[in-house]
Amino acid sequence: MSFYLVLTVNSITFGGLLFLLSAGFSLIFGLMRIPNLTHGSLFMIGAYVGASLVVGLVGAKLNFWLAALLATAVVAFVGALVERLLLRRLPGNEMAQVLVTLGLSFMAADFCLMVWGGDPLSVPTPAGLGGFVRLGVMVFPLYRLAIIAIAVAIAVALWLLLDRTRIGAMIRAGVDDPDMARVVGIRVSQLFTLVFALGAGLAGFAGIIGGPILSVYPGLDQDMLPLALVVVILGGSGSLLGSFVGSLIVGFIYNFGQALLPELAYFVLFLPMLLVLLMRPQGLFGRHVP
Amino acid sequence: MARKISRRTMMAGTAAGVAAAAFRFPTPAIAQAAPFKLGLLTVKTGPLAQGGIQMEQGVVTYLKEKGNKFGDRKVEFISADTGGNPAGTKTKVQELVERDKVDTILGPLAAFELLAITDYVAQHKTPMLSLAGAEDMTQRKPNPYFLRPSATSSQAMHPMADFAAKELKLKKVVTISEDFAFGYEQMGGFQQVFEDNGGRIVNKLWPPLVTPDYTPYIAQISDCDGVCQGFAGSNPLRFMKQYAAAGLKYPVVTGETGGDDALMTAFGDEALGMYSCCPYTLDLDTDSNKRFVAAMQKEYKTDPGFYAAGLYVAAAVVDAGLQKAGGKADDKEAFVKTLRSVDLKDTPRGPIKFDHLGNVIGDFFVRRVEKVNGKLVNKTVKTYHNVSQFWTYDEKKYLANPVYSRNYPPLKS
Amino acid sequence: MNARIISLVIAFLLLATVPLWAPGVYYVNVASQVLIYAVFALGLNILAGYGGLVSLGHAGLFGISCYATGYLLQAGFGHSFAIIGALVTGVAATAVFAVLSLRSTGIGFIMITLALGQILWGLAYRWISLTGGDNGINVKGRPEPFGYSLADVNHFYFATLVVFLIAIAMVAIFARSPLGAALMGTRDQPRRMNALGYHVLAIRFWACLFSGLLTACAGILFVYYTQFISPQTLSLTSSAEVLLMVISGGAGTLLGPVVGAALVVIVKTVVSGFIERWNFLLGAIFVAIVILMPEGLVPGSARLWRLATRRRAQKPAAAPEAKP
Repeated sequence: MSFYLVLTVNSITFGGLLFLLSAGFSLIFGLMRIPNLTHGSLFMIGAYVGASLVVGLVGAKLNFWLAALLATAVVAFVGALVERLLLRRLPGNEMAQVLVTLGLSFMAADFCLMVWGGDPLSVPTPAGLGGFVRLGVMVFPLYRLAIIAIAVAIAVALWLLLDRTRIGAMIRAGVDDPDMARVVGIRVSQLFTLVFALGAGLAGFAGIIGGPILSVYPGLDQDMLPLALVVVILGGSGSLLGSFVGSLIVGFIYNFGQALLPELAYFVLFLPMLLVLLMRPQGLFGRHVP
Repeated sequence: MARKISRRTMMAGTAAGVAAAAFRFPTPAIAQAAPFKLGLLTVKTGPLAQGGIQMEQGVVTYLKEKGNKFGDRKVEFISADTGGNPAGTKTKVQELVERDKVDTILGPLAAFELLAITDYVAQHKTPMLSLAGAEDMTQRKPNPYFLRPSATSSQAMHPMADFAAKELKLKKVVTISEDFAFGYEQMGGFQQVFEDNGGRIVNKLWPPLVTPDYTPYIAQISDCDGVCQGFAGSNPLRFMKQYAAAGLKYPVVTGETGGDDALMTAFGDEALGMYSCCPYTLDLDTDSNKRFVAAMQKEYKTDPGFYAAGLYVAAAVVDAGLQKAGGKADDKEAFVKTLRSVDLKDTPRGPIKFDHLGNVIGDFFVRRVEKVNGKLVNKTVKTYHNVSQFWTYDEKKYLANPVYSRNYPPLKS
Repeated sequence: MNARIISLVIAFLLLATVPLWAPGVYYVNVASQVLIYAVFALGLNILAGYGGLVSLGHAGLFGISCYATGYLLQAGFGHSFAIIGALVTGVAATAVFAVLSLRSTGIGFIMITLALGQILWGLAYRWISLTGGDNGINVKGRPEPFGYSLADVNHFYFATLVVFLIAIAMVAIFARSPLGAALMGTRDQPRRMNALGYHVLAIRFWACLFSGLLTACAGILFVYYTQFISPQTLSLTSSAEVLLMVISGGAGTLLGPVVGAALVVIVKTVVSGFIERWNFLLGAIFVAIVILMPEGLVPGSARLWRLATRRRAQKPAAAPEAKP
């Protein structure tokens, strides 16, 4: 019994981390229809930069949350640069978008190897969250529970942004009908840069927040990108609710699937993804059929 | 960062060496006058780069110490990046053998890379020394041109199991390791010796190679008094963190990669008390190890681990073999036999020699992670001498069994 | 027009005489690899370039024919049987692939093929009795058609060249054929094609099979070249790599995939010997291609050539049609 409870709680916490990871991808793909295959690299860069700040590789050791904010800002800036300099020239050119985002991910991976070397970096759990919550014989790490809180907070913040602010309205207009939006005076291209930066920043944020659980190592980008893709497919892109629910679903499938069906561990994510795609190509919550 | 500068220098030196080698005209080897060409197959890009970069550091350190000479003969070092996949390894070994005409090859890193080129290497009669643990290379499908100066995948786990049963008095152990051959062979070796000493493996868990979160597996660890893990690369870091985060306190034992000295700076307090058994240990008190460690720390600002030490020792073996052969390596068959007859008394891993299948017989060290002056270190607690790939088993009986796999040895119900 | 024919003849002569002018046996092997990946890329281009269906799972199909060859050889069958068996298995697998993935287009298709590729990769790891797991399968020896031993490096190169020439001829004929035109029609205007009475799904299905046939040929050549097959060959990275070859060279063109294959293979094998950070360089090259020639190297170079040879300063001609 306690085994299932542990798995359930972990599914939710892992789902929280997945939400942070995939929200950015979903946003960018939903708005700009760009499959941002650099997403995993942005996650990794955020993790490396944040870890370096926390561990004190460049100067003094920083507070974890401060480091996370700085890392997010750095990655958001990188995202903005990428959008303005590269992606802006390729509207609708899917092949070129794939080529440039993959090319950038090669560069990013090698760059991280050059700067941080091949050895993994451990990210210490932030102060105060290193303990446990005990429930009878079960033990839940505090930090993982904190991730749920963070994921919910980010989800709410994003929802408020999209639903309650002018910028959010402009973004939604840009999603639904970019040409019309331009006609009414919305600066769609600047909006795109903003959204891409936001998506990238979310990825970087997820990287450093996930650091105490996943650590940072070469290859992290390739490990995390397929997960983001699975979440976005299952939940449907462009839908915040879809991202959130998709993350939870993937969290559950991942935990229960690996624990109860170890023979199928390699397929535990892609088989359901395939089945969903066959039955509902737009994903569970997607609005338009791709 | 000072670390960056020294690696850049090393890279520049390597690139210069490679460029020089590439633009050479192939000259017929005029015995001792021509330099001895030493090739290295390693991984410098991608996820396996961690071990690969260290491998090169180990060789370069040795060459520097010897002034780029093995005895009287100058050494030309050519390093090749395989990219960590078998096709790349095949291409690079062809480059080393066909284009650069190397005399001996060190590496590759991974077992699947080694298996991809074993036939080629035997065909071209090129002696090769690798750390890759693929057991059958020196057991059921031996390659006469192959030497392994480190250990087979299970060779370090046999003494670990012995220690776990006799000293730690563990009786029921859950094994957890990655779902591939290196994992199977390590855990199989542990299981065989552990169960022969009165212990029992109660469960075997095999997370896939790419598993960001081990918690679904860690949640299954129960009903035992110890855990044996066999993770490699950066996975031990993640595993120990998630293991501790799950609140588990069973003692953890592991092998050569799970407790690698090079990872000690990255581990946190969750690794305290972990036992590992490795063919190399940082605190080995021999002259050559002290020199080796000092050189690594000076040049690369890092503590060497299993990979760097393994290649340093491999280079030492080639050096000794070449000197024993009077500086001549043209007769490949004879050279390989000479290499296998090398018997070194003082290396960073202690005394070593080779068995008739080309695998090392040497010391294995059981260490425990402790905190010294605020830093985590591996402290050697026991040394097993003269360990061969067959442990205490009779060679024929051992080879009659199938190679360790996911289901062999089977779980006792 | 004449320039084109002359350059094609020169290219053919150069290719046919590689063993004579290559600076060593190693470089003949590199040439073989370029041609093998060129066939693979030509196969993917049928779907991705001419059909507009980007697949991120083609390495899985490639790997199936590799494993089929390896498995049959290991089971004791001769080379001819193994090759035919691998071709049949590869095309059959492609049919299954097609049935499952052709239900969607665009990003859905990409995702389904990604999922299928990953599932095949997982199978390669776990179905140890069939595939040997990550220890892989060693392939011993190469075919000797009529006593012409392909174990010799030059002979193998010529065999690969023959397959490559046949493949590129097939693709050229396909592109000019009604089926090819119909396929490109479904890429550009699927609804209109449907309205005109074309059976879009059937057209795509046959294109997929053709793609699978070429991919299977490339796989068989590959496994005979490396003499080894392991799950790495089916990884997502491999699928991405061949897709990059197609896109960087120029999707939907005849020579684009060939140039793209040459680029990637040469950087990976030859350049990596001189430049340690070759991965970074490769990524940078891709980014540069996107900036300078987003349509790909082959169409982009053609465009720049036309611009350069224009004498009078007039505004550049409208961008070339039909090649996205």
